[in-house]
Amino acid sequence: MSSGRLLSADRSPALSVRGLGKHFGERVAFQDVFFEVGYGEVFGFLGPNGAGKTTTVRTLGTLIAPTSGSATVAGIPLTAENGVEIRRRIAIVPESPGLYLRLSVTENLECFGDLYETPGLKDRIQDALRAVDMTDRAGDACGTLSKGLRQRVALARALLSDPEVLFLDEPTSGLDPVGARDVHELIDGLRNRGVTIFLTTHRLEEAERLCDRVAILNTTLRTIGWPADLREQLFAKTLVVRTLVPLPEPGRVFDGLPAVDGWHERDSGAYVVSVSDSAIAAPAVTRALVAAGADVLSISESYHSLEDIYLELIDEDNEVGRR
Amino acid sequence: MSVSRRRVRAVFRKELREYRRNTSIVAAMAVLPLIFAINPLIAVFALPASSADSLAQGNTLLYLLGIPAVVPALIAAYSVVGERQQGTLEPVLTTPIRGEEFLLGKALASFVPSVAISFAVYALVLACVGVFAAPGVASALFKGRELVAQVLFTPLLAGWSIWVGIAISARSSDVRVAQQLGMLASLPSVAVSTLVAYDVIHASLGLGIGLAVLLLVLDVLGWRIVSAMFDRERLITGSKS
Ligand SMILES: Nc1ncnc2c1ncn2[C@@H]1O[C@H](COP(=O)(O)OP(=O)(O)OP(=O)(O)O)[C@@H](O)[C@H]1O
Ligand SMILES: [Mg+2]
Repeated sequence: MSSGRLLSADRSPALSVRGLGKHFGERVAFQDVFFEVGYGEVFGFLGPNGAGKTTTVRTLGTLIAPTSGSATVAGIPLTAENGVEIRRRIAIVPESPGLYLRLSVTENLECFGDLYETPGLKDRIQDALRAVDMTDRAGDACGTLSKGLRQRVALARALLSDPEVLFLDEPTSGLDPVGARDVHELIDGLRNRGVTIFLTTHRLEEAERLCDRVAILNTTLRTIGWPADLREQLFAKTLVVRTLVPLPEPGRVFDGLPAVDGWHERDSGAYVVSVSDSAIAAPAVTRALVAAGADVLSISESYHSLEDIYLELIDEDNEVGRR
Repeated sequence: MSVSRRRVRAVFRKELREYRRNTSIVAAMAVLPLIFAINPLIAVFALPASSADSLAQGNTLLYLLGIPAVVPALIAAYSVVGERQQGTLEPVLTTPIRGEEFLLGKALASFVPSVAISFAVYALVLACVGVFAAPGVASALFKGRELVAQVLFTPLLAGWSIWVGIAISARSSDVRVAQQLGMLASLPSVAVSTLVAYDVIHASLGLGIGLAVLLLVLDVLGWRIVSAMFDRERLITGSKS
């Protein structure tokens, strides 16, 4: 890790975005986006097709100019004059790898290493190839590689310059589960090296596994936070109780228990109990069930995945849109 | 503003590596010069010694200046829009490279092979004239001032064609349209050199110096102007920022 990165760690966030927006003519790609990403953080940027994820990445990468708002990238204000300085400190893996197909893997990396003026390029190319497990294909023309292997070369290309902030635009789209897992392991490895990662993805389980925080974008920012916090904000906590036979009088069991806010029967012998604090409610519910002589099959805390959160928010948007 | 040689060289080297493995570019580089070489070669093989007088009037071999006008225009017209169509432009533009460096690398990659080919074809034609032409024809075709003009105007014309070609390429969204426009844009140079070759425009020292200075200025300005027009956003999104 370079000493520059350590210094910048106490200076400012890796990314700071304030009211950023971009429209193409009448079409708004994204607007009113605010967030900060700390150094070393893996930040997930989720959203449906056309939400503005790629446009946001391109804007932060100085490829296109924002139409409103401001931002700092790797500690540098996002302006046209700072383009070279910002691009020196970041790397972007775009949606499609964009390799020179007639050139070999090594020749592709040589070209980009020179564009970044990377010192000790030969060794760096070896390191990058090793990181993506492509050493044995170094001499192959990129046109002969499969989609997943091309994606790996694109990742290796982004690693050459040892970027402070790495933007990955859907790095696992189109990869098989093994290819996707390899990319996930690579991202984990980068996180351990302290690289800040801005990851856009449609794969929610991927974001949930890899990201410290996530933001959900749908032209505007819908939410941002730790997956666990988002879960709490959006969904009431519930316990799901299953009994062998339906309770004759469930109200007498659940009503008035500590930390229990309400309940309803989902289907015969299954009850959803809304609770404010499951650590208090769960033992109380258990005792009440035993006292009532119920044959309990299971008591479980309902779990909402990031996917539930995502679908809840995007469905809300779609309903608002329809109205 | 400082230009990074290493980045310019990176673009240049990558382009040459791609040409070598791109049969359509190699074919274009090979076929076009031959078209321009046919006319003077006919003069060499078909003409009897008695036509030497009429040949001595013109500057037949200057016709070959069509090569450095057309070949680099075609290569340059492909250079930016070709990468855009392959989807390789976006990754390059995310690196610290400046517009000036990118364009200079592209320009050199068009310049070096086309000037080399132009001189090679010229040398080939001279050799054919020396070996096969009737003695009268040969001495009518060899002219010292023509050699100087050829050596001077080959790079100058190539430079001009390249900047026009790149300017077209950076503004087009279709390779074929760009190459047709690039071809069209090189026609005025071809016309002028052909008219001089057939003595319709009479070559003089003054005309030569004037044209050379004009082209030199255009070549230097070309880089500046095309760099100023270079718009990352337009190249990425297809619309103006
Ligand atoms: N060059 C452009 N000109 C006009 N509109 C554009 C342009 N690029 C993007 N847009 C529009 O901006 C919006 C956001 O597009 P963007 O590509 O950023 O979405 P995304 O979130 O990356 O989608 P996906 O998940 O499909 O990749 C879309 O409505 C898109 O049509
Ligand atoms: Mg996208």
